[in-house]
Order: sequence, then C-alpha cells, then structure tokens
Amino acid sequence: MFTILEKRLLAEGIFLMKIHAPRVAHSARPGQFVIVRAEEHCERIPLTISDFDDQEGSVTIVTQAIGVSTQKICAMEVGEALADFAGPLGHPSEFVHEPIEELRKRRFLFIAGGVGTAPVYPQVKWLHKHGVEAEVIIGAKTADMLIYTEEMARVAHKLHIATDDGSRGFKGLVTQLIEQLIAEGNHYDEVVAIGPMIMMKFVALTTKKYNLKTIVSLNALMVDGTGMCGACRVSIGGETKFTCVDGPEFDAHLVDFDEAMRRQGMYKSQEQRALAIARERAEGHKCHIGLDK
Amino acid sequence: MANKIPRVPAREQDPKVRAANFEEVCYGYDMEEAVLEASRCLNCKKPRCVQACPVNIHIPDFISALHNHDLEKAAATIAEDSSLPSICGRVCPQETQCEGSCILGIKGEPVAIGKLERFVGDWKLNNSRNTASTAPRNGHKVAIVGSGPAGLACASDLAKWGYEVKIFEALHKVGGVLVYGIPEFRLPKTRIVEREIEEVKRLGVEIETDVIVGRTVTVDSLMDEEGYEAVFIGSGAGLPRFMGIPGENLNGVVSANEFLTRANLMHAYDSAYDTPIYVGKRVVVVGGGNVAMDAVRTAKRLGAEAVIIYRRSEKELPARQEEVHHAKEEGVEFRMLTNPIEVLGDEKGWVRGLHCVEMELGEPDESGRRKPIVKQDSDFDVECDVVIMALGTSPNPLLAATTRGLETNRRGCITADEEGTTTREGVFAGGDAVTGAATVILAMGAGRTAAKAIDKYIKSR
Repeated sequence: MFTILEKRLLAEGIFLMKIHAPRVAHSARPGQFVIVRAEEHCERIPLTISDFDDQEGSVTIVTQAIGVSTQKICAMEVGEALADFAGPLGHPSEFVHEPIEELRKRRFLFIAGGVGTAPVYPQVKWLHKHGVEAEVIIGAKTADMLIYTEEMARVAHKLHIATDDGSRGFKGLVTQLIEQLIAEGNHYDEVVAIGPMIMMKFVALTTKKYNLKTIVSLNALMVDGTGMCGACRVSIGGETKFTCVDGPEFDAHLVDFDEAMRRQGMYKSQEQRALAIARERAEGHKCHIGLDK
Repeated sequence: MANKIPRVPAREQDPKVRAANFEEVCYGYDMEEAVLEASRCLNCKKPRCVQACPVNIHIPDFISALHNHDLEKAAATIAEDSSLPSICGRVCPQETQCEGSCILGIKGEPVAIGKLERFVGDWKLNNSRNTASTAPRNGHKVAIVGSGPAGLACASDLAKWGYEVKIFEALHKVGGVLVYGIPEFRLPKTRIVEREIEEVKRLGVEIETDVIVGRTVTVDSLMDEEGYEAVFIGSGAGLPRFMGIPGENLNGVVSANEFLTRANLMHAYDSAYDTPIYVGKRVVVVGGGNVAMDAVRTAKRLGAEAVIIYRRSEKELPARQEEVHHAKEEGVEFRMLTNPIEVLGDEKGWVRGLHCVEMELGEPDESGRRKPIVKQDSDFDVECDVVIMALGTSPNPLLAATTRGLETNRRGCITADEEGTTTREGVFAGGDAVTGAATVILAMGAGRTAAKAIDKYIKSR
C-alpha cells in the first residue's frame, strides 16, 4: 500500500507528498524517478524522486497539477494510498559512482527551475552528506513560486535565488545569474540543471560558451517507464536514446532540446480536451467539445 | 467416417461492425458445435499434435472427453499441461503447431484444436470450481520475474508441486504481453485473461506488481536477502526497435509497443481513462508480424484509415494467416514490397507522410526467406499522419547488467540452455528474454521446462 504519509502545499498547484514505499526507498539514489498512478483510470506519471528515507521506508515526490492525472495525484490526502508507485527507475546521477575524493575537488553548480527544484535537492543533499560543496541557484517566475528554499539552504554550500520579476533575490533569468557569477570570478567544474525544458536549453547554451560540463535531467513523455514503449526517445549527439533506461540524465551539450520540446507536446491537444472534459464532469454536465469527430 | 464431416466454422462478428468496436472478433463454438468438431478427431495412436504442442497437451484425450460431453475431464486433461487454455486457444499459431501436424490436414482440414481448447477453457472459467490438485507446501521459495506467459506457466507448475512461488511484475497489471500487447478484440482482458490469472493465483501463486527486478530489487537481493532459492527470469521481449531512418523522431511516429500499450494496458479507447492516444486520419504500420496486425487493426478501430507496409511479399508475412485475413476483412490496406526510407514531416515537426521505395525479392537469406532488394529509382511518397513501427524488439539489458554472473549472447538475450539454466547458479530463464520475440505458447513451454529444471535443482541441493 503506497500510503500518503505527509502532504504539503509548496506553491500554487505544487504539492509535496511523502509516500510509504519501502522497497523504492531502499533502492533509490539521487537522479532516479518513479512512475505514479493515483488510481485505475490515471496515466502512469513519471516523477523524479525528491527525497528518500530508507529507515522510514518513505519516498518524497513533488507534483505540479497540470494534466488530469497529475491533478488526481494532487487531490489525494494523507492516509489515502496511490494505486501504483514503481521505481526507482533510470540511472542514478553519475557522481554517485565517482570517488568521493575526486568529487571534493570539484566545484558543482546546480540550477533548479520551478518544480525541478525538488529533484535537485536529493543530489545536493547527497553531496553535502559526503562532504562535497555545491552551489545552487533556484529560479522561479516570482517569489511565491519558489519551492524548497529552506531545505536547500541547509545542504547547499551557497544558495542563490533568482526571480524573473525580482520579487526575491536576483532579478532576471538563471542564465543571467550564471553569467554574472562567472564574471565575478567564480569557477565551476560541473553544472547540473533541472527544470523546464526551455530553461535547460538556455542553461546548456550559456554553459557551452564557457565549455562547462553540464548535465540535465529530461522529463520526456513516458508510458511504462521501463524501456518498453519508446515514447521517451530523445536525440543525444545525433543518436536516439530512451530517457527512461538510458537517462534520465544526459550531457546537456548533446541534447536536441528543440526536438525534445516538440515531442513533449505530442499529446497536448488530447490532454487539453481531457482536462476540459474533467472540468465539465466536475461541474456536473457533459462536454461536447471535440466529441463529434 | 468421422473425417467426412467438414471442419465446423467458428462464428465471427461481422467485419464491418467489428472494425469499429473492441469486442472479440471470434465468438467461438457452442456446445453442439464443439461436440461435432470433436467428433472429427481420429484419436490417433501416435498423436502428432501432442508432439507439435510446445507444452504437449494430451490433445486427443481432451477432445475425446469433450466428445463424450465430459467437460470436467476435458478441462482436467488440459490443466495437467496448461494453466491458460482460454488464452492459448485464442492466440496460439495452431496452424503451424497442433493443427499443422493433424493427420486430417493432409487431405482436408485439420481438427480445429485451438477452437476446441478455447471452448473447454472458457467452459472451465464459467462452470468449474475444481482447481488442479497441488502437492503439500514443501517450504522452498522460488521467485519469478515477470507475469507474462513464461512466468505464469513456470509459477503454475512449481505451485502445483508445492513450492512457495512469488511473481514480481514491473507494470501495474498482471499478464505481461497478454495485457499490454495483445488487443481486447483478440483476447478479452476481464472476461478471459484476468480470470485465467485468478486460476493461477488459486494454485497459491503470489503476485507483487510495481516491482522492477533490476531496479526496485535485484536478482541478487531476492536470493541473498529475501531467501529465494531459485529465480526464473521471464521478463519478456524488451525495447522496441526503430529503423534508424531520418524523421523517426517526428511527432506522430510511435512504436507498436507504445501504441498498443496505450490502447490495451492504459485503455486509451475507453473515455473513462485519462490516457491519450494519437490516431490521426491515416495510419501506416511498418512491419508484417502479429504485432503489426494488432497495431493496424487497433488503429482501424480507433477510426483511422489503416495501412500495412511490408518490405517482402504477402507470402513472407510473419503474422498468422488468420490475423492477415481478419485485417483484410476489416478494411486494412496492404502494401507489400514497400520499404520506408524517410519519415516526412511538416513545418511544425508532425508526420505528413512516408518516403518509400519499392522492393523485389532476391535470393533466400540466412532466415530462408527471399531477401528484399531495392528497385532502382522506385521511390514514392505515401501520405499519412501517424507511423507505427512494428519491427520487433531488442533485449532490455537491465537484468543482465544488475545480476552477478548472468551472461547474455551477442544479440543481448539471456544465455540459457534447453532447460532454461543460465550462467548463474540458481537462476533460470525462458521466453522472449532468451529467444527474442516469439509466441505466447513457446514462452509457456519454456516456463514449464524451466520449472522442471528448478525442481531438479532445488531437490539436488
């Protein structure tokens, strides 16, 4: 039973949930994801793991209510159980396998955008636990949409905040802040960026200028998440890879972001229609939009 | 003479009607038809059909019981060798196995063994409360990876012999390819698959879903930490293959696995489910196997014009004849000796067509089939807005990569001998994970063979 142990509203439409999933908690490593299904009629939603606690047997996920199935996840309450919680899937972050001594010599800069801040946390936490210093930039449109700032402050060597409107921290985009930090003489050996695809694309373009190794975690569409369907294929250096089994983390400078963004929109019209129907259903009358094809 | 009676045809849904629904195509026999068909069996002394059946069902015995109206006995006879008769009666390639070797087939039409098996299996699901007898629990634990045909067959036998068996399934639903791959109109899920799996559970087999062996747990942790003495790997076919041609990542190109998983496992054809599926107006399925037929017929039912493109001629189609015949009846267009060389996209990155070449057949290749060769300057465009690639699969490397001492062959399939013994002590494997994509019944056969080997292995320890 994948019971919800804890639920918190982090920002508008963004919920943290701690789930009882002992097997997943035991095997999880930073960078991996789970497939979640709220109930029988839902899609299988891939969500990057935001935290895990083997002793407690819990795994934390952060979900933004965007489509019908994510809304259903977010509507569930403490004490209820998700139908499915399968994982951990994908490869752990590369650094997990590297010698700690090597990592301690390296300067990491993490770029966390929006709901992507949640999966950055277990990576920074892991590095912190192993005595590796990591600097973190958290970016959001506005201060209200920032998440995980307190948790991150506890594990980051240095935490920067950037908001598009300047309501908190640096005013501007994360890419502008990266440029500024480098201009100020800060040196980094490796960047990890997790956030909206468009942000990751521009972080990659920015760091490319400095020839700075950059890793991104791709949130491609998936069905099974175990390698069976190929919905999540992405072009990495001109080669087709499956995000679920080859990733989800890839060398940002090899990712074809334009293709990845286009592929994310593959089912957009169906999803919007499903949302409209769900809304109408909730309001108690039948929707006829698009049903007459 | 019994063999003067012509083969009893099985009733089917009208092609025009069924091309727009997901109800089962074939209605199967009723009692009268089944008994009449059963009367055609010559009850050969040396039944070739039994030899030709991958699980060696005692075919003349069950048919003769059926002929005597003793359905309980007919069901019990099949149950000795197969736990999934309703499924196999529907999806086995009988024409190349039992029926293919039926003596009646030499001069006329073979006994409809598949339809009879299906009849008995369905009768059992609806009428019988008897379960195959199980030996007392022997206290030995065996883990099974994957709840498809191989895993279910292996688990059933071991449970009957008294083993404590647990199946670990990666997906949320039990059945493997029976639920994600084969469509409802060929194999009803609630009415048949789920109930036949219930029968397996009644033997005492436990099933845990949402466990990806290799990630959630490993073969090593199952043996070292959870006390399983042996593990059977029946993890299935793996990753879908693509052609490697330009434009394959355009929006609208999907694998048959994805298309079928959305439709079957995720119920995309049912508006009560949230799953989206993109069908477009005209779907081209590339490939000629059973999976290609399943995909094209699903697309047709979802309202698209549906086309099969295959690089060899109709004679070489690897799909079962019955499937090809059904697809044609339903209005699927077949374009043989055609091979895509590029997927064409519009300015927004969506599929608008396929650039193809005509093929001709040359000398036979190593598979014995005549090798298709490109005709010079024969390229042309086929209009479509969805392309479904049904080109087979390549093995998922996860289990080999995460299991100590488990070797794979050069194609990436798990190395196992005829008994299912792998290179790792106590670990056995069978089905598509070993052979590459094949059939339900071959996987079941491999599962049963491995069950014997596991029994021998545990008893000899």
